[in-house]
Amino acid sequence: MIMSRTLLVVFGMLFCTAAQAEVDKHARNLAASCSACHGTDGNSEGGMPVLAGLDKALFVNQMKDFKSGARPATVMHQHAKGYTDEEYELLADFFSAQKRH
Amino acid sequence: MSFSRRDFLKASAAGIVIGAFPGLAFASSELIKKKGQRVVVVGGGFGGATAAKYIRKWSNNKIEVVLIERNPMFISCPMSNTVLGGGRTIDDLTMSYDELKKKYGIKLVKGEVTAIDPEKQTVMLANGHLKYDRLIVSPGVDFMYDKVEGLNESVANISITHAWKAGAQTVLLRKQLEAMPDGGVFAISIPKGPYRCPPGPYERACQVAHYFKQNKPKSKVLILDANPDIVSKKGLFMAAWNELYPGMVEYRPNALVSKVDVASKTAKTEFDDVKADVLNVLPPMKAGAVADMAGLANVDGRWCGVDFLTYESKVHKGIHVIGDAVSAALPKSGHMATSQAKVCAAAVIELMQGKQPDQNPTIANTCYSMVSGNEAVHVANVYRFNVEKQAMVAAEGGGVSAKRSELEGAFAGYWLKNILNDVLL
Ligand code: HEC
Repeated sequence: MIMSRTLLVVFGMLFCTAAQAEVDKHARNLAASCSACHGTDGNSEGGMPVLAGLDKALFVNQMKDFKSGARPATVMHQHAKGYTDEEYELLADFFSAQKRH
Repeated sequence: MSFSRRDFLKASAAGIVIGAFPGLAFASSELIKKKGQRVVVVGGGFGGATAAKYIRKWSNNKIEVVLIERNPMFISCPMSNTVLGGGRTIDDLTMSYDELKKKYGIKLVKGEVTAIDPEKQTVMLANGHLKYDRLIVSPGVDFMYDKVEGLNESVANISITHAWKAGAQTVLLRKQLEAMPDGGVFAISIPKGPYRCPPGPYERACQVAHYFKQNKPKSKVLILDANPDIVSKKGLFMAAWNELYPGMVEYRPNALVSKVDVASKTAKTEFDDVKADVLNVLPPMKAGAVADMAGLANVDGRWCGVDFLTYESKVHKGIHVIGDAVSAALPKSGHMATSQAKVCAAAVIELMQGKQPDQNPTIANTCYSMVSGNEAVHVANVYRFNVEKQAMVAAEGGGVSAKRSELEGAFAGYWLKNILNDVLL
């Protein structure tokens, strides 16, 4: 009992960030549609940009720049326009928490 | 469908054996004993393989997944038109299912489903049955040969192909083009929508023209479209035909092919008879045959109505349908099938754990089309769940490429690599 409780606490501390990222399943689900181009959990293997581990602020700014047209794009302006600013934050949370392979 | 006399004899022989051993009267054994919670997925295409992988991944391997697939290998339909143009071989598009087994512990059953019993939550195969808690059906499309007089599956396999499922027919069509004399005609017939891969036929016209331009410059590409206009990326395809293949591609709208003559490779429309050297007829399409087994195709008898929060069938609780077979104002594409599969996978896990599924699914789709050896165009949209309509509706801001480009030609290749990895690795 005591043992397992200690373990729980330790695990809880260790996996705090991972657990939080896991909790927001809506963010995970939103991000899942991006992987056709950006790879599973943002780990692209081709020439598409890797999103896993991308800095949150940078990520959100890129999305806003795609939407406004400040950053020219072949396709991302059209995807970015489909999501809200709040969803950019959720997506940024999710991808920044993914390990780069 | 190709049930031969020999198969019939075998089956009736089996019947006699079963009759002789009443203990086997249920005619089959449980192929894999069901212990814990289990999802059975029928069909290992883009939709089914993705659903299988993501249920394992997102349930931390807690839910057992059995994937039933009849083909030994996965062959990508997206980008298979480039086999006709010469940019890829069919081997470049072929992948194994092994990693789904090894990495995710998915149990792969090679075979064909013969019946579904929604009450007993059982699927039947020729050699046994499987029990499930939830069933995901991802049957793709089947072809309505009876809508085109003279056409049937064996004709398609050896002469007038559709090549609308990548594989042997794709390779045959390429060989037919190679064998054709310069100055000949390639004709493609497009059925009324909805059909699998809206821009696909126009991409195919580009790929065949690309091959002709290099090898048979006096030849012609004739598009017989049953629809009143080009269904997808109209301006981009017309620009490609006019600028890259001037005088080579002819487009005829409202040209519904209702009959073919196999010997003379002639397609009959309401207005005239079109004789071709290579004739490629896409028959009208409907949900794959597995959908019929449980009466899932409740829309026009062709497509399957679903709840877009879960992809649960409108006909049977506990059975979900994803991919091309779904009735929706959504493009029937590989990317769309994977996007639907993930919404479905997430919802199935929640439902099995007694929780509420995501109430605001938002998914993306992109279709790249190769218009030459190295240039592509795309159409991209985000679709959001609309509560009033209880449907997925395109968000503002989607659209097509500004122009064809080599950059997008490269992106199309990267897309293929990443989506195949996302589905199978
Ligand atoms: C059809 C393929 C495709 C899809 C789907 C897609 N992207 Fe992109 N993404 C691209 C391409 C290509 C670029 C490079 C810019 C361009 O040409 O559009 C890019 C660039 C980006 C960048 C900039 C990265 C950097 O380091 O510069 C971000 C951030 C991004 N995408 C996020 C997303 C998110 C989030 C989604 C899902 C909601 C998504 N993308 C879906 C193709 C795609």
